[in-house]
Formats: sequence, structure tokens, C-alpha cells
Amino acid sequence: MPSPVSRDTVASAKPAQPIARPSRFARLRQSDLWYSFTHNKPAMIAAAVLLLVVLAAFSAPWIAPQDTYDPAQLSLWNSELPPIWMDEGQMPFLLGTDTQGRDMLSAILYGSRISILIGIASVILSLTVGLTAGLVAGYFGGITDNVLMRFGDILLSIPTILIAILVSALAMQALPPDLREVGAAAVLVLAIALSGWVQYARLVRAQTTVERGKEYVQAAQLLKVPARRIMVSHILPNTLTPIMVAATLNFGLAILTEATLSFLGIGMPPSQPSLGTLIRLGNQFLFSGIWWVVLFPVLQLCLIVVSVNVLGDWLRDALNPKLR
Amino acid sequence: MTAALSVTDLTREFDVSAPWLNRVVERKPRAFLRAVDDISFDVPFGSCLSLVGESGCGKSTVARLVTGLYSPTRGSLRFSTDPAGKPLAAQMIFQDPYASLNPRWRVFDIIAEPLRELKLRDGDAAISDRVSDLLSTVGLSPKDARKFPHEFSGGQRQRISIARALAGEPRFLVCDEPTSALDVSVQAQILNLMRRLQDEMNLTYLFISHDMSVVRHMSDQIAVMYLGRIVEQAPTETLFAEPKHPYTRMLLETIPNVRNPHRRREAPSGEVPSPLNPPSGCAFHTRCPLADARCQAERPAMLSHPDGSRVACHRVAEAMDPAPAAP
Repeated sequence: MPSPVSRDTVASAKPAQPIARPSRFARLRQSDLWYSFTHNKPAMIAAAVLLLVVLAAFSAPWIAPQDTYDPAQLSLWNSELPPIWMDEGQMPFLLGTDTQGRDMLSAILYGSRISILIGIASVILSLTVGLTAGLVAGYFGGITDNVLMRFGDILLSIPTILIAILVSALAMQALPPDLREVGAAAVLVLAIALSGWVQYARLVRAQTTVERGKEYVQAAQLLKVPARRIMVSHILPNTLTPIMVAATLNFGLAILTEATLSFLGIGMPPSQPSLGTLIRLGNQFLFSGIWWVVLFPVLQLCLIVVSVNVLGDWLRDALNPKLR
Repeated sequence: MTAALSVTDLTREFDVSAPWLNRVVERKPRAFLRAVDDISFDVPFGSCLSLVGESGCGKSTVARLVTGLYSPTRGSLRFSTDPAGKPLAAQMIFQDPYASLNPRWRVFDIIAEPLRELKLRDGDAAISDRVSDLLSTVGLSPKDARKFPHEFSGGQRQRISIARALAGEPRFLVCDEPTSALDVSVQAQILNLMRRLQDEMNLTYLFISHDMSVVRHMSDQIAVMYLGRIVEQAPTETLFAEPKHPYTRMLLETIPNVRNPHRRREAPSGEVPSPLNPPSGCAFHTRCPLADARCQAERPAMLSHPDGSRVACHRVAEAMDPAPAAP
């Protein structure tokens, strides 16, 4: 632990230039959050790992040795090659190949990109729905509140996976066959968000009912500020702290749910494999000795989910005033 | 002197029923809490009327009714018009300076909100000038506009709150215990600021407080509330010199006196009854030393007295001339 003196110097540096408004970057550097981040090793390591994984995943088209979406690049001559450090390993297949001759490193990079994109998209979608529902329910109360939150309770009483399976299965039946592969990612996002928004809605609703009673909201009501603007510009910023934590942790959960669904065969198709799809495909060959086709996607999935969770735990502690 | 605000037979009830399912299962009726019970008063232009009373007597509900945050269940509220013919606009100064300013907004945006919402100023430069003026008016520096509320003390926050209220260019200000969260020394500063603003801007105040000495400093008229009703209303000095209602006397007994700290005084007895189940007749009869059978059965009417006070008490009415004055 660093001595508390260093913190005092950070704080006292603040009023040095009272006239000039500090830049956003300077404000971030002086914030408590940044201080807590730079003094928490696990959080910094997790952030670095996550940054690396995300950068690698999104630069896959440039750095991956093979374009896994292009069947012409696959060759059965190269199938079932072990990782490079084993006897039969061959360049450029650093992590070996699967039974189709697909380079595992490339597949993992492309798969991580899909998994992360689905995670981000589903968090954004469930945040949008959840924040709106929570604000409206908490601000207006009464019947609106009851209808919205009871509907949420019903969704919450059904296991997430079950809802996701139902939605994906229905959507796959409803979509015309030529759209199924294209629409798979969108269906996954929808399925994960459908059960994810309730948690945000509950958090925001609870906070909104508290904030709504505060006098600064009444001051705005006195000015006849429209309800929509009171909710968005007054109440919402005061509810965001727990939301940030929940969104971070849910991002990890969304990736995991996506992987589960893909593992069960109702997620991403083998032609655009996500990490879950790769694990499912590899799992079939687990006992035939080609362990690398399942181990490396699993490790990558663990790396992403664990680092997101470590970051989320840090954020929860850093934003909790009682733990400061 | 005309009334800036006249309130007639104002009543506000709150629905405090249990949830529908509980009512059905436990066979309970709906429950209503009458926070404000049939009160009438006038606030003359340029004056300050104070509402005093213990916690839970409905003072703050009256404040929120007057500003329109609550709508009345019965009765009427009438603001007179300003010289331009528009109804007077009421603004409010709140009790808790820690809850009345949005912690995520800069002081500039807090004070500029009324200017923008009510379209009182146009353009960033005009708004910025006005915010600086308002900050100077309440004794803060225009530089403070850049700060966040948490960078200020309670008294400074209350000044920001006053600046925000003034930004709406009100002629009528409702002050809901504006000093009860402050230190005594800061209280005096804020009260003096409010009196100065009243003189300079010809404001009319409805002042809510439970602190008799603060009220004496601020007001021209005082109305004493008990369980949602006004029991006595009188000009300030009349009320302090000659309190008539037994409840008013009890309240005045509670004021500490520097010159005579050990004077004989009666401790207030009993507690305020639940407004969910108010006593019959005169609401005060459960704690009143003078109560008799009539007080339990019959609700006393508000009677006017020659010295300008109005009192709702059977004992006071009986002590007056056999021919009681018409209200």
C-alpha cells in the first residue's frame, strides 16, 4: 500500500490553476477512480490482458495467418497439425490446426472478435432497454411501474439460457434459410439482451425512486421541465454508478452465455465460429488426442471472462463509498 | 393591502392504503392521511407569512401545495396578478441544501436551468451574465459557477439554492425550512440575505419553520399549525406578546431565554397524535391542559379578534365577550 501522503499531494495539486478549467484527461488523471486503478495490480493486469485480447481480436484480418471465413484457404493437407512446439508442428500454424485444416490461432482471433462484438452489442441493447424501463417505472410509479417490473420478474423467473434457447430456436425457424447464418449474431444479441435488461431496470428503478423524492428533482418539476428531460438529465446521471459495475460484469456474462448457446449448437454456425462454436467443434475430437482444438479456445474464453470479472470487481469496490 | 396569495379551505389527503392484494386478503379499507385539513390564509403583497408547528403538522405539504408540486384535494389557491397582468410565479427554497442541488451539475447549469426553461434569457452570453449577477447577489463569486455543489458548505449551498430560486424571477418565494439544516451563525447570514432580497426585490414570502426565534426574525404574520389545521394566526409581535391558543403558548414556552434561563416553564406533555387517526373535536384536546367535554366533541371555529389575530379554541372564544365577533 502506498502511503496516504501521495494521495494528499494529488489532491492539493488540484486547485493550483483555479481559472483554467482542467481538461478531461487531467480530470481523469486526478480522479479517485484513476488513483484506485493505478494502485490495484489485479485490475491493471486484467485491463492490460483485456486490451491485448481485444486489440488482437479486432486486428484479426491483418494479423491472423489465415482467413478462416475463406474456405479456399483451408487445406486438408494441413489438418490435425499439433501446436508449433510439438514434433509435427508446422509454420505458420502456431497453435495447430483442426480436422478441416483450419489454423487454430486464426480461428480463435476471429472467434474472439465475434464473441466480443456479441457481448458488447447485447450489453448496449439491454442497457438501452433496461435504463429506459427502469427510469420510466421508477419515475412514474403506479401502474406503469407494476406492469413493467412484473413483466421483468416473469422474465427473470425463467433461466437465461432457456429464454435464449427459445428465442434462438424461434428466430431460426422464422428466418428464411439464406438469412440464418447472417442473422445468427443478431438473434444471439437479442436473446441475451432479452433476459439481461431486467437487472439494469431493477437497479435503475430502485435508484430512481430514491432520486425522484430529492429536492433537486422537485426544483426541476417546479420549472415545469418535461418529465423526459428530468429523467435523462437529472436522474439518470445519478443512477449510473451501480450500472457501470453491472454492465461490466454482465459483459463477461454475455460472452459466456453466447459461448454456452454456441456450444449447445444454437448460436453461431460453424462457418463463422465464435469461441463457443470452436469449443463445441473441438469437443467432438477431444478423446481422439487432438486436445489443442478445444484447449486453446477454452483458455481464450477464460482469459476474457476472468479479466472482465476482475475489472468489474475492482470497479465495484472503487465506486463503493463504504469500502474507501 | 391586497393579498398576493389567498388560500381558501385548502385540504390535501394522501392515499396511504396498503397494496390492493393486502387490502383484499386482510379486509382492510382504503386509508387516507389528511395532511392539510381545511386551512385558509392570505399572504399580503411584500410581506412574510410564517407557518410554524411541530414535525408532521403539514407545513411542508402546504409549501408544496402552494408551489403546485402537489394538487389540492379540495379548496383553492389563488395568486394575484403582477403589474403586467400575469399570475405571480412562485419559486421555492428547499430545506436540505445537500439534496436540493443536483450533485452531477455544475453551479452554472443549476442556476441557468430556470433561465433556460422559462426562456428568461436568450443566448449563452446573456445567460452567463445573469448567472454571474445572481451569484454576486447572493454573496458568492461568479467564479464559483464552474464548481460542483460538493465543493461548497451548507450555507453556501443554500445561497446557490436562493440564486436558483431568484433566477426564475419570482415575485413569491416559498421557503421550506431554509435554515434548519444550518449552523446558527450561518442561519443568521442566510436569514439576513433573505430579508435584504425581500426589500430590494419586493418579494412576498411564505416561510415554513419550526424554529420560533427564526420566525420572529423573518415574519410579519405567523400562523401556527397543529395536525394539518391552523390553530392561531396573528401579527408577529401580537403572537409573541399575547399568545392565545394553548398550543401556541406551549410552543412559546419551548424557546430558550438567555436572560432568564431558569424561568418556570411547563414541559410540553404528550406527543402529536397520528394524523391517520386524528382526535375528534379539537385536534389538540389530547394534550391541552384546558380541554373539556366540548373540546372532545366539537371542532372549534376560527374566530377573529380585535387585535388582528384569529384563533380556533373553545376556551378562548368563551373567554371573549358573550357576543363573539363574527369571523
